[in-house]
Amino acid sequence: MFALVANQKVVIDWPCFWVVLGGSFLPRGVYTVLLFKMQFMLLFSRQGKLRLQKWYVPLSDKEKKKITRELVQTVLARKPKMCSFLEWRDLKIVYKRYASLYFCCAIEDQDNELITLEIIHRYVELLDKYFGSVCELDIIFNFEKAYFILDEFLLGGEAQETSKKNVLKAIEQADLLQENIDFQMRLFAAPS
Amino acid sequence: MFDLEVLVTTERERSRKRGGLALGDPAASSGLRFKNRRPEVPASGDNKVKICHCFIRKLLCCSVRLNPDATFLSGGGSFKKGKSKEAEIKRINKELANIRSKFKGDKALDGYSKKKYVCKLLFIFLLGHDIDFGHMEAVNLLSSNKYTEKQIGYLFISVLVNSNSDLIRLINNGIKNDLASRNPTFMNLALHCIANVGSREMAEAFASEIPRVLVAGDTMDSVKQSAALCLLRLNRTSPDLVPMGEWTTRVVHLLNDQHLGVVTAATSLITTLAQKNPDDFKTSVSLAVARLSRIVTSASIDLQDYTYYFVAAPWLSVKLLRLLQCYPPPEDAALRSRLTECLETILNKAQEPPKSKKVQHSNAKNAVLFEAIALIIHHDSEPTLLVRACNQLGQFLQHRETNLRYLALESMCTLASSEFSHEAVKTHMETVINALKTERDVSVRQRAVDLLYAMCDRSNAKQIVAEMLSYLETADYSIREEIVLKVAILAEKYAVDYTWYVDTILNLIRIAGDYVSEEVWYRVIQIVINRDDVQGYAAKTVFEALQAPACHENLVKVGGYILGEFGNLIAGDSRSSPLVQFNLLHSKFHLCSVPTRALLLSAYIKFINLFPEVKATIQDVLRSDSQLRNADVELQQRAVEYLRLSCIASTDILATVLEEMPPFPERESSILAKLKKKKGPGKLPDMDDSRRSVNGSTDSTHSFTDVLNLNPAPSSGANLLIDVFSESSAPAAATDVSEENFPRFVCKNNGVIYENQLLQIGLKSEYRQNLGRMYVFYGNKTSTQFLSFSSSVSSSDLNVHSKAVDPVIEGGAQMQQILNIECVSDFSDAPVLNIQFRYGGALQNIAVKLPVMLNKFFQPTEMMSQDFFQRWKQLGAPQQEVQKIFKAKHPMDTEVAKAKILGFGVALLDGVDPNPANFVGAGVVHTKTTQVGCLLRLEPNMQAQTPNGNAAPPATDPSFPFGAGLPGSHLGICSRCRGEQGDGFVGLKGTWPKSHELKVAFDLASFLPPDGRVCERLLLRT
Repeated sequence: MFALVANQKVVIDWPCFWVVLGGSFLPRGVYTVLLFKMQFMLLFSRQGKLRLQKWYVPLSDKEKKKITRELVQTVLARKPKMCSFLEWRDLKIVYKRYASLYFCCAIEDQDNELITLEIIHRYVELLDKYFGSVCELDIIFNFEKAYFILDEFLLGGEAQETSKKNVLKAIEQADLLQENIDFQMRLFAAPS
Repeated sequence: MFDLEVLVTTERERSRKRGGLALGDPAASSGLRFKNRRPEVPASGDNKVKICHCFIRKLLCCSVRLNPDATFLSGGGSFKKGKSKEAEIKRINKELANIRSKFKGDKALDGYSKKKYVCKLLFIFLLGHDIDFGHMEAVNLLSSNKYTEKQIGYLFISVLVNSNSDLIRLINNGIKNDLASRNPTFMNLALHCIANVGSREMAEAFASEIPRVLVAGDTMDSVKQSAALCLLRLNRTSPDLVPMGEWTTRVVHLLNDQHLGVVTAATSLITTLAQKNPDDFKTSVSLAVARLSRIVTSASIDLQDYTYYFVAAPWLSVKLLRLLQCYPPPEDAALRSRLTECLETILNKAQEPPKSKKVQHSNAKNAVLFEAIALIIHHDSEPTLLVRACNQLGQFLQHRETNLRYLALESMCTLASSEFSHEAVKTHMETVINALKTERDVSVRQRAVDLLYAMCDRSNAKQIVAEMLSYLETADYSIREEIVLKVAILAEKYAVDYTWYVDTILNLIRIAGDYVSEEVWYRVIQIVINRDDVQGYAAKTVFEALQAPACHENLVKVGGYILGEFGNLIAGDSRSSPLVQFNLLHSKFHLCSVPTRALLLSAYIKFINLFPEVKATIQDVLRSDSQLRNADVELQQRAVEYLRLSCIASTDILATVLEEMPPFPERESSILAKLKKKKGPGKLPDMDDSRRSVNGSTDSTHSFTDVLNLNPAPSSGANLLIDVFSESSAPAAATDVSEENFPRFVCKNNGVIYENQLLQIGLKSEYRQNLGRMYVFYGNKTSTQFLSFSSSVSSSDLNVHSKAVDPVIEGGAQMQQILNIECVSDFSDAPVLNIQFRYGGALQNIAVKLPVMLNKFFQPTEMMSQDFFQRWKQLGAPQQEVQKIFKAKHPMDTEVAKAKILGFGVALLDGVDPNPANFVGAGVVHTKTTQVGCLLRLEPNMQAQTPNGNAAPPATDPSFPFGAGLPGSHLGICSRCRGEQGDGFVGLKGTWPKSHELKVAFDLASFLPPDGRVCERLLLRT
């Protein structure tokens, strides 16, 4: 694995004979400037299958897997009428269920939970609009689209464009570009 | 494929039949939901290229048929899970082998197939399998000029490529091309990729480029948005690399942009930057207030698509309010009143009837409201607003939405710490207590506990503590320990009557003995010992409590200790005569663990002193085989020693040895420290003096409450009675400060700084601007543990904050400590780390000079040749220049010299100096108060090879430093610096206040001792 190789390199750089690895979860503390707003976003099914993951903090694959596993368990264990926020490690988790899919965001302690809940909802709206009443399989089959839409909407953990129309316009433009190119390709390919 | 078709049709029918599958979902009320519908799987030849579909379908096929997990199409639950997993893995391995052979094959793949396979790999990765190849192909896709190929390439990279991958250079190249393409869609892709990966290498490559894109007049709005957030991400990962410059003012003006999307993105960026450099972005306050006021007062349709369920631009409002929280209330009266107006309008809107029944409407509206309340609390200056906010939250406490109740409890917690609203919060106590009893969600109940804790003061302490105690009986196991700590703290803090305190703690032990940590029962003993008015009562109470047929071991400990000290106070009563007391304690003896038994033995010997009449009985007990020949060494030793002591010593000696414990010194409550640790910093409302004075009930008798703190119990429990007042802060004997390895760290940050036969100390440090963080690793090289380990850092000029460490390092183990360092102004003395620990009974003192030098706070600066020359010439005054000429001991190696200069902290500027053999560098030293730019130049003289040539160099050579090299075998290192008041090198002409300090640093760089192969080459000498 790429990431693991890279991690090992870090280990070698450090000449001390013991190395503490994966001790703390996220760099926190003195650098108050390093506040990350949204830390990651996960989509998983009721059966616990991860459908989409987006990380806004640098973490190793191992940590990501660990976090995912723990979090999916925690969220799935909650009852439907419970509140959508919970404290988990030193983060706050905001989640919401749409049919068979759980949308789950991790935010900083000081962040606004309700607006995060609406970020989730806006994303679902975008998916819904783009796919035309979206379902879980849309996200499985078109996972790349789901990522592109997310990138247009959220970047670096912050809302980039909150207008539904503008986001969809950007995605449609990209689709158009793709279709034109395909069309041209076929045109050129036709004679042979 | 065929299977799937059949399956799809049957599934379709099935899902139609039970169409209600998802209808009961929580989103049903929102009018939007994920429908249980099969997506249109396009036939081949469809315009949209669904490259993976066939593969995904096959995969799903094996999982749908065998694995009910795959989707909601969970028709057959009878299939075995293990089998489906196997099938999936088999299928995937086959596909991976296929892709690998395609990538390795001789035939060059066309873009389309490359895209197809990369996409498949991505899908496999997202299913949770490891992917260890294909990165190169993905990177190749970046250079494709077809949009979809590029897009998939970028996606693969942002999902899969770790920030420290070797490929980052190639990726950067691709990004660079796309950024320069001026095609907005391509630029956006590139910017998204930077924002997603956000590695340091990327920051190095693009941190200076992106601000240009952001403020350029002709940039499209969508690109501006991406660029703003991209910069934000880079600023988070590597704040030192994002240059602050003339673009800051232009970024602030983006708040005035026509396009609300741009404003949204820019607000996020400015908030992040303003947290770091509040002064540079001060002007944003007025713009933000103006913007906010326009949004708040606008009719809901004004903002068109930025209106979300009848709420005008909720995201932007929240962000603006968040930005304002970086600053104190505006000083300008007009601005201030405008802001107050905005906040009032937001509060008013909360009272209006909802414009829509949808939950999204109320969520968005309340999101803005909560953020406004957060701002009001942050300003903490408008009593009316604070009280209004509190009343609003009070309404939410009884709202039917669980989410709102949760948030109201949480927000109120912070309100409770404000002196203006503390009383208002207290009026809601009954509601909160009710919430504690009736809420079904444990996380909400926990918030209620937090709030009760925060609103507690002397007037309501008794009620709140009683409620918490009664809740404790039914509380979830996960939060019991925390509640125990809170009850203990409140009981102590607000106790007027200490009999109440003793009762409360004993109750606590009775109800939740398992969750009562050592700190809590230590504390009650400390307080009883320090207050003589409560000792008799305490003895009586524990005596009564111990009479219960089953009592918790913690109670036995408290009982043993207190009766051992103050049993004489109740001995007058025949019901609690000495013998009765002893028999009561001894009846518990056999049920207890070793540490408790040890404590009880100590209590017995105290009894011998207090009550000579039971001496014979106790001696008999001590003399019994079960004590004198106990398998546990500690118990045995105590029994033997106590027995001998009681036989040999005279009454006077006994009385002296077993005297009553002296009062404990005042210290911060260890319970409070524990709760803080448990909850993390900042979670606890501050209940300190400011609040107490508000309540007007500060009294002198109370001042001692934060008393005594105990060291964690020694594992044997043996020394409990003695160790209870041993403080670990005995002054360190004057030891020599070790600086042996110190110079090695001039040009590097990691390594071993100290080592002797017992201990190895390793360092790992990182610096950003004027802040540094150092990880200190203490390695115990022996096989025995170090006890009472403590460390402190003394520094005259730096702010060094060290995290507390465990007092014990096991043999062969390593412990980490984090030091946070802030450089306030220039300094010359490095901080000293003092370490103290006990090894095999002997106290060890070690002092190590920590390698924190001024050059650690260097930030490299790039500049062009012309700028460099110009600045170099400007900096000519004698106090601005340091010059050193020295002889090279070893042949010069360009690469090594380069590495050293980079390690020193400055940027190495290529192609600046006309003489290619010279090295030229530039950097800015960051301190909290000033930033000082420095230029550096190293001039090797390659011609002169005479090893013993020690002719004095003409240091006054007018042509130096841009003239020819110096005669003799010498190198010149010359630096010029000057005080700066702005960014970059254009600023006021000032001088570095103590240029000799910088000289010290430079000298060090040139006096490097042999440090392995690398350094030896650069060993330089005057």
